[in-house]
Amino acid sequence: MSIAEADRTRVWDATSIREDFPILARTVRDGRRLVYLDSAATSQKPRTVLDAERYYYETANAAVHRGAHQLAEEATEAYEGARARIASFVGARADDVVFTRNATEGLNLIAYAFSNATAKSIHGAVLPDGGEQFVLAPGDEIVVTEMEHHANLVPWQEVCAKTGALLRWIPITDEGRLDLDAMKDIIGPRTKVVSFTHQSNLLGTINDVAAVSQAAREVAALVVLDACQSIPHQAVDVSTLDVDAVAWSGHKMLGPTGIGCLWMRPEIADAMSPFITGGSMIETVTMAESTFAAPPTRFEAGVPMVAQAVGLAAACDYLDALGMHEVAAHEHRLTQRTLDGLAAIPGVRVIGPTVNESRGSAVSFVVDGIHPHDLGQVLDDRGVAVRVGHHCAWPTCRRMNVPATTRVSPYLYNDVSDIDAFLSALQDSRKFFGVA
Amino acid sequence: MDVDALYQEIILDHYRNPVGKGLREPFAAQVHHVNPTCGDEIDLRVTLGHDEAGRTIIEDVSYDGQGCSISQASASVLHELLVGQTEADALAIEGAFHEMVSSRGRIEPDEDVLGDAAAFAGVSKYPARVKCALLSWMAFKDALVQAHADGGVAAQSNEADADSGRSR
Repeated sequence: MSIAEADRTRVWDATSIREDFPILARTVRDGRRLVYLDSAATSQKPRTVLDAERYYYETANAAVHRGAHQLAEEATEAYEGARARIASFVGARADDVVFTRNATEGLNLIAYAFSNATAKSIHGAVLPDGGEQFVLAPGDEIVVTEMEHHANLVPWQEVCAKTGALLRWIPITDEGRLDLDAMKDIIGPRTKVVSFTHQSNLLGTINDVAAVSQAAREVAALVVLDACQSIPHQAVDVSTLDVDAVAWSGHKMLGPTGIGCLWMRPEIADAMSPFITGGSMIETVTMAESTFAAPPTRFEAGVPMVAQAVGLAAACDYLDALGMHEVAAHEHRLTQRTLDGLAAIPGVRVIGPTVNESRGSAVSFVVDGIHPHDLGQVLDDRGVAVRVGHHCAWPTCRRMNVPATTRVSPYLYNDVSDIDAFLSALQDSRKFFGVA
Repeated sequence: MDVDALYQEIILDHYRNPVGKGLREPFAAQVHHVNPTCGDEIDLRVTLGHDEAGRTIIEDVSYDGQGCSISQASASVLHELLVGQTEADALAIEGAFHEMVSSRGRIEPDEDVLGDAAAFAGVSKYPARVKCALLSWMAFKDALVQAHADGGVAAQSNEADADSGRSR
């Protein structure tokens, strides 16, 4: 279903949705209604997610995959059931989804597969079958883009520092789109990994995954997708994306903090060295050495985050009940309202695409004469919660020639009145700082 | 409205018309400080000298940077307050400022000590902004340490150095 079709099939009832989110009923700063427009940082949680976690702790809590008692059995079923539910949300097989702490950890897991395999190969340690593809040497190249969150940049810088590989990046245009022409000169025979964001947390840009992955496939590079900002906001089916791994966080999609997911093609996961090691993830252990379990267990050392997995599964239920196409259509309307409203205010410049196409709901902007930090403070005084700063995408800010931005990022519980409250508070802020 | 208490007119005046902004020479030490959560940056230089009693004097604090009104105004106020003070007095003022903005609103500013910096009392109620107010002050303290470590006092003023053993 296209966004336009979804748009026609449903009247969005943000008021009743809002009632499912207890926190949205609170007031801030001396009794003001909370206008929460910072969902790209973290989303709020519906009662069903909170209830699912509580129910798990009250009825089934135990350490999973160990113990012979009934609670351990039920906890394990809850955990693995959650994995299957979350996997189905993105069109994946349960065994291909690894639970991590968040997207950042998922991306590090892959980055460490490279640096660990490289270190092991130097000392002749045994790698899993196919593990040679993760061994890097000087001359090899890792490609990211100029619009990455630090989570998909710093880990690769570290891999380069440890292996001698060279970090390269696909530049972005003044409008905040990937420069796909320039990409042709960046991705080449030396490229071993291409890791890029599906949707920019700063610019709002939704990238053409197929265009990038096709270029990567031509040189047999591994393709990694940071889907932290896309999976919460649009229907994503990992089985139809031509990529090898997808990382995302639970807390941005109505789920609890402390859980994220990493989907990997099984042949890739099988060939990867482990990241965090210890209990649960082993096959056999002697005093001298260990062998490792098959994925996903290989990548889940220690007692995992069971309650969070159960909560995230409940979040998937909530999202599916609304329909991800409908969620995307609703956000598309709010994005248009935001872009139109900002365009009408003098001295405001959007940082990122101003055309509401291949674009998510996160909208960054700067205002002449008001530093983002100061703007955020006055908006907060009006009850409007936004993000200010470099959004963990400092190089992207530099590229766009701004030290920082203000970002609004509505979600399914927001409606037009929230966008209008923000726009009105923005006008007030301009008066407050004497630039209106 | 607390935000009015935060953005006192004194602060906005310093923001719009900063005192002593711009990097100057000579200097005993230069530091670069950033606030990694918001990207605010400051380059700050200190120039030291000595008074007749041999005490180390803050002859100049020059700075340049970019950031929010709180961080920029704070640098301007720092310049205004600390230039011309003895090092000991400057550090006492720094201590009072630091204590006030970190107090979550519990400490009433002593205007005799803090002058225009007393206007930053409102910042203390906004934990996320305390670092903004402190950016230049932390840079100043760091620059002082580096000036002494580099023998900056001697490099700055050989004449005074002859009788300034105490500041080394």
